Amino acid sequence: MMVDLAIVAAKAFLVLFMVLNLAGVLGWIERKGSALIQDRIGANRASIFGFAGMGLVNTLIADPIKFLTKEDFVPPQGDRFLHTLAPCMALFPALVTFAVIPFGDVLILGDRVVNLQVANLNIGILYIFAMASLGVYGIVIGAWASNNKFSLLGGVRGSAQMISYEIAMGLSVIGILMVYGTLELQEIARGQGALIGDHLAESLWFLKPLVGWLPAWGVFLQPLAFLLFFVAAVAETKRVPFDLPEGESELVAGYHVEYSGGKFLMFFAGEFAEIVTAAALMTTLFFGGWQIPYLMRDGFYFPWGGTWLLAPLAVTLLQVGAFTLKVLFFCWLQILLRWSVPRFRYDQVMRLGWKMLLPLAFLNVMVTAIVIIALQ
Amino acid sequence: MSNLQIMSLSPLIFYLLAALLVLAALMVVFQRNVVHSAMALVAALFLTAILFFTLHAPMVGVLQVLVYAGAIMVLFLFVIMFLNPSALEERRTVWWGCGAVAAMLLAAALIAVTSAGNALENFMIAGEPFGSPEMLAQSLFTDFVLPFEIASVLLLVAIVGAVVLAKREG
Repeated sequence: MMVDLAIVAAKAFLVLFMVLNLAGVLGWIERKGSALIQDRIGANRASIFGFAGMGLVNTLIADPIKFLTKEDFVPPQGDRFLHTLAPCMALFPALVTFAVIPFGDVLILGDRVVNLQVANLNIGILYIFAMASLGVYGIVIGAWASNNKFSLLGGVRGSAQMISYEIAMGLSVIGILMVYGTLELQEIARGQGALIGDHLAESLWFLKPLVGWLPAWGVFLQPLAFLLFFVAAVAETKRVPFDLPEGESELVAGYHVEYSGGKFLMFFAGEFAEIVTAAALMTTLFFGGWQIPYLMRDGFYFPWGGTWLLAPLAVTLLQVGAFTLKVLFFCWLQILLRWSVPRFRYDQVMRLGWKMLLPLAFLNVMVTAIVIIALQ
Repeated sequence: MSNLQIMSLSPLIFYLLAALLVLAALMVVFQRNVVHSAMALVAALFLTAILFFTLHAPMVGVLQVLVYAGAIMVLFLFVIMFLNPSALEERRTVWWGCGAVAAMLLAAALIAVTSAGNALENFMIAGEPFGSPEMLAQSLFTDFVLPFEIASVLLLVAIVGAVVLAKREG
């Protein structure tokens, strides 16, 4: 009993620890990355005892200290209680969604089989959408409680944008649910361990040498869904090109214009935690999650013949490592995107969401359904 | 923790949740600030969802958060923020009277139902698949497919009606 509880607590702690630290590291990567793209040197002032070489570590320590020692300003005409509550509501959903994301298959400890996922819910993906849908409150309430016209405009933009793209995001995932036939993220990740060749019907034998060797990852079976999901997820994180709620050049800083100190740090960390969550979702739904192609529970089995057997612990470590690498790749992709493209205009954001992503998502669902029925 | 221990804890969790839920519901009514009322309603809906989770209906609980707390209340807040009702409406005694009478009728009905004797005795303990997405989908698309389709047509009519009304204004 106690061991089970300890394992669950350890998993929850590990996931929170990783996500929060990765959020901090991403803050540094964003600064250094933007400097690299814009041909600057970037954050190099934080040095302890003249030792600036460890830029990452120093920035990681210096940033929170700077934020936490600043004055916590609440606008006199604002709503003090909601102004304090809003950053918590912005950070909370990004952290709790990680509970259902599997970061590995199973870990075998003696006679115990530990599922490498904090909570295995049979509603998996719906839980993620439910929590993500609460993320908008942090913006709206923070914007309203600041009693500032700029922040209110940012909040109104944010709520409209997030509701619009939530629909496209939800619909883009339907195809994945139809292909793998489950809502559980661990089952979706396991389903991506097969090869496309295993799914192909007998009558499609001519495709076998062409695509049969590919792993049955979501991105190969549902390429359009991945594009739609990616765009919608970036819009949900409210980053360039969808940073209308923030819009520095028009709204100063949008919904968090009246925030400083620790509360701003929470908005800031929440944004990076959202990036990590979005990256983990892209990995789990479309890029095999913790799967490495041809790696089964006891080693590699290559389709062209040949096997390479491995110890269970090595397999687990490889899987967790693969998951981490994939998540890091998608985090980096989102940061690269931010410094590569300009911001949309507000009507363009709405047009893209409702008139392009939404119909395309419906089309994807229809085509997927027809193909599944035709293949049966 | 064993199942037995969890079961002995569940009344405690239920009463805690219920107390918070009643508190949030009261705050919806008694807060004078509209945004505070709306946020109390969000809290009440969220707590109801947790209540569904403790009743082994995670699907209903998640849909409660997704639809009510996550979408409908955001639209409420959207409208409130646009209209910005900073001037508080004065209390109207007539409406308070009507509300009190309605609340008392509801309370009387609830007491009558719960004290009717066998209402709470003939319960069945739900099995494991109860409330799972598979079971919900099974009953929605077999036993209740007509009501389901009628409800979706009704929603479609409402959307089309809203679009037509909005276009006429412009």
